[in-house]
Amino acid sequence: MSEKAPVIKVRDLVVGFGTQTVLNHLDLDVRASEILGVVGASGAGKSVLLRTIIGLIPRREGSIEVLGKDLDKVDEKERRALERRWGVLFQQGALFSSLTVKQNVQFPMRENLDISQRLMDEMAHAKLEMVGLSPRDGDKFPSELSGGMTKRVALARALALDPEIVFLDEPTSGLDPISAGDFDELIRTLQGTLEITVFMVTHDLESLYTACDRIAVLADGKLAAEGTIGDMLECEHPWVKTYFQGKRGSNLAGRESTHAERMTEREGF
Amino acid sequence: MGEALLSQKLVGDRLELTASGSWTAPHAGELETEIDRLTGSPSGETPSRATDVSIDMAGVRELDTFGAWLLERLTRQWTASGREAVVVGLPQHSADLVEEMHGVNRETPPKPERGNPIVSFLAVIGRGSTGFARSFYTFAHMLGEVGMAAGRVLWRPSEYRLTSTVHQFDRVALQAVPIIVLITFLIGGIIAQQGIFHFRRFGAELYSVDLVGILVLREIGVLIVAIMVAGRSGSSYTAELGSMKMREEIDALRTMGFDPIEVLVLPRILVLVVALPALTFIGSLAALYGGGLVAWLYGGMSPDIYMARLTDAISLTHFQVGMIKAPFMGLVIGLVACAEGLRVKGSAESLGIQTTKSVVESIFLVIVLDGLFAIFFASIGM
Repeated sequence: MSEKAPVIKVRDLVVGFGTQTVLNHLDLDVRASEILGVVGASGAGKSVLLRTIIGLIPRREGSIEVLGKDLDKVDEKERRALERRWGVLFQQGALFSSLTVKQNVQFPMRENLDISQRLMDEMAHAKLEMVGLSPRDGDKFPSELSGGMTKRVALARALALDPEIVFLDEPTSGLDPISAGDFDELIRTLQGTLEITVFMVTHDLESLYTACDRIAVLADGKLAAEGTIGDMLECEHPWVKTYFQGKRGSNLAGRESTHAERMTEREGF
Repeated sequence: MGEALLSQKLVGDRLELTASGSWTAPHAGELETEIDRLTGSPSGETPSRATDVSIDMAGVRELDTFGAWLLERLTRQWTASGREAVVVGLPQHSADLVEEMHGVNRETPPKPERGNPIVSFLAVIGRGSTGFARSFYTFAHMLGEVGMAAGRVLWRPSEYRLTSTVHQFDRVALQAVPIIVLITFLIGGIIAQQGIFHFRRFGAELYSVDLVGILVLREIGVLIVAIMVAGRSGSSYTAELGSMKMREEIDALRTMGFDPIEVLVLPRILVLVVALPALTFIGSLAALYGGGLVAWLYGGMSPDIYMARLTDAISLTHFQVGMIKAPFMGLVIGLVACAEGLRVKGSAESLGIQTTKSVVESIFLVIVLDGLFAIFFASIGM
């Protein structure tokens, strides 16, 4: 990966609710054009970290720099311009339930770009096809979609304006292993073609192996470990050790198989 | 408009295009206009006379999916009319993106047919009337289901949800008391003021007490309370049940072997049936009190005279007429609110639509029911 300046730079971040401190003086860098997987036990503050970076949760201390801009120092207008440069996939999809799939994908375009309806339709279809859906699905309403389709549409909407950073909050949770595998592959491919930076919160070991370039582990409000899968396997932190070298983890690590092989293995069940 | 995105030069039969600048989302609007001009836009401009085209992309600084798609659209339209298009100078990573775009938008989904306007107008009317008929059907259906559930509960009273009933009673009846007292108090006062103002011309101010007493006990007390409750509790029933439906909570109940009607709907409706007479009673008292206060302060009628006149003017019958109606109104409000709540579909919009419908329908039905009762009581001489 390139050694450019980090795209997201989190320094000394403290976030808490009431008397509880969730993130305690946390530092994190996300490098350009990498896929960073953030893992941690349930309640370790993964989603809180993501939501703090995108500005949904206020922080007590610390600074966050995104795309070279300090979030404390930008004014309203700059901030909106900055928000246009990232896309977010929420855990439950958060599609607008009264708009069709196509209108959901077009929503950011309609609000931010001055382009014709024809181009908007074509782009919405293009985005839907890029995430593996058919343009025919465009006229459906979110309530008519399956879980996997909802995630794909949400990804298409997150990608609507060709953002530089995409935040994914548990993109594969609730999907069957095959769809989850496809989704990882999809994120990998899109990251390759569009050269986006991906910040992915996940629980899915398989995602970490197939999709992520680097992994950050959250524990006790801090970064417990950071590095590639290889680094994780050698890490001595107790939680990291159980997570990656536990039964499920070592099964995956044991086979140096490619994703495709794993898919065929699964089909053999 | 910043720098040029596309410049053209005609060399013989060959159109040479040089692309530059940022072919990205913020510039997609301008870029589209330029490309449409070259290929002959749908708005009917003539395409260039050139037979083939080459596009030099080397000068492009940034390219995203918008730019890549517009490039693809340009080449696709050019080749569609039997001419040749060549793209040169594309950097490797952009080439991948353009390649990706090559496959998209190959099949356009069928446009939704826009039928004959007269037919669609008639369809709207037809759908509206069947919808109207269907809401009576769902109302009757709900009445039947609630009746069945009530029967089952009578059979096995131990299964009745008492805690839920008490909780609902607190929300629907007790917490409604202050606002109901305030509104009925004001209405009673207004009726008294109007009565005194107009009867004074005939020297018949005393009759304004008859007006207040009979109107409040027979009609206004119960109607105002029913309308207030429809707006206050009916809407909250619909929204509650609707969002439970949206989040599959009702399906969850059903799969655990519970009947949602018995668990959720029956306690709510029973509470309304009990709460409405109670609130009507309190409301009527407040209205009579308000009327008396206005008669004293505005009409100069002492409280003793007001009370004496009131006892002469009203009889138990008037009170009974109002109170008999109240539980039925509660039943109607509850049935409509719960039936509409269970009809909510997946979207937030449908929740809003059903809640509106619930309030409008229950107020409408309450007034219709009041009219029917008026005919009924008149014919039996009450």
